[in-house]
Amino acid sequence: MIEWILHFALSFADTCRNFLPIAIVLIGFQLFVIRRPLVNLKKTLIGFIFVLFGMSFFLEGLEMALFPLGKLMASQLTAPELVGLNSFEQTLSWHSYKWVFVFAACLGFASALAEPALLAVAIKAEQISGGAIQAWGLRIAVAMGASVGLALGAFRIITGTELYFFIITGYLIVFIQTLFVPKLIIGLAFDSGVVTTTMVTVPLVTSLALGLAETIPGRNSLLDGFGLIAFASLFPIIAVLSYAQIAEWLYSRSRSSKS
Amino acid sequence: MINNRFFKQLLGSFLGLVPIIAVILIFQIFIIQQPVLNVARLMMGAFFIVLGLTLFIQGIELSLFPMGESMAYAFARKGSLFWLLTFSFCLGFGAAIAEPGLMVIAKKAANIASVSSMIEKTDVAKANYALGLRITVAVSVGFAILVGVLRIIQGWPIYYAIFVAYACVAIMSPFTPVEMLGIAYDAGGIATSTILVPLVTALGVGLATAIKGRNPMIDGFGLIALASLTPMIFAMAYGMFV
Repeated sequence: MIEWILHFALSFADTCRNFLPIAIVLIGFQLFVIRRPLVNLKKTLIGFIFVLFGMSFFLEGLEMALFPLGKLMASQLTAPELVGLNSFEQTLSWHSYKWVFVFAACLGFASALAEPALLAVAIKAEQISGGAIQAWGLRIAVAMGASVGLALGAFRIITGTELYFFIITGYLIVFIQTLFVPKLIIGLAFDSGVVTTTMVTVPLVTSLALGLAETIPGRNSLLDGFGLIAFASLFPIIAVLSYAQIAEWLYSRSRSSKS
Repeated sequence: MINNRFFKQLLGSFLGLVPIIAVILIFQIFIIQQPVLNVARLMMGAFFIVLGLTLFIQGIELSLFPMGESMAYAFARKGSLFWLLTFSFCLGFGAAIAEPGLMVIAKKAANIASVSSMIEKTDVAKANYALGLRITVAVSVGFAILVGVLRIIQGWPIYYAIFVAYACVAIMSPFTPVEMLGIAYDAGGIATSTILVPLVTALGVGLATAIKGRNPMIDGFGLIALASLTPMIFAMAYGMFV
């Protein structure tokens, strides 16, 4: 118990150091540039204390639960019994790892769909598009984008394909799409990509990727363990842009056929 | 009243974790079918995550967000370009430095770099590497916010900025050491997370409403799009030169 308290105190001190810069920026600008005293000083201080304790508990919880879980899932899903490896076969083709893809896709879909920030974005999208884009449609599009992204990212780790090939092609698609979609949608699409990389999903996805890179023969955690987050934030953007394009097209077609 | 909000937030954090737990449980029960060790420790960790997220979000809603928002509005209206740009840079830098996701990933990256003997196997070398990575990403986010604010003031179309950033990513990728490429690509998604997005949106919306002829819907979000692209470019450059 005492050992744990000591450990927690150390990580708490670390958190304080990490949080200092943003606090200094805000307080410094408030006092020296705007030159107005802090409103609600007490509330702000309580807020800072909450943030420090919150971050310490969160980081502690990551070490205890999310990191081990991501690693465990990666090693169990690639275990010989599950991928059907016998001792005679040394190399496996990528489709033996089907459960890894299914898991990655489910994880991406479920966590994106449940994300509260995405709901806010979706409602905003419905309002500014005047109903052409529907909140549920957008949420499904983002969730599908996240699930395809993670599954494809897992495929890349397993096959060891070059990362930049996927990312550059992905951004090329995004760039071409931005030339054609209504400008109001571009911001929303990038917002949706950002929404899928939250404080919970980033550590879990990273530990899954690192776990996969460690357990699959021939993969290197330094070369293949990173890059999955990039998939998770890139593909929802493509999905939203495609959805907006299709929704616009259907909407204008139904309107012109009515008139 | 605070208590009521606290429990609401607690429930919200818990609900955010539920789909992830559900997917993992379904896979454990139906597909993997093997006993999981240390269940008590996992549950304790999950509890810490929910508690930590709740306190963290409550805390930034009480302190950072109201301050950041009122200052963003104040600077947007103040009219001094120098102070506005300085503030923009500092806001982006500070928010990225404080991002928990970035801290965690930088630490992981440092561990892996030392295991693969890319850097020395000492704690000091690891800490320096992680800090270097975080500062690189933070500078790039600050830079993105600065350029994005300038863009809003000048009224440059957003796809110019995205195109330039994209071109940099495409040109630099082949020359980046492969060990750095994955982390660089991830950096964009990691930097634009819990703290940065609400603060920067407030700045963009404040600016767009203060300047005539700007649409808060388009301009507010352009900042975040840029902030997710520049960390890739800067992290690749970090990999090339360090």
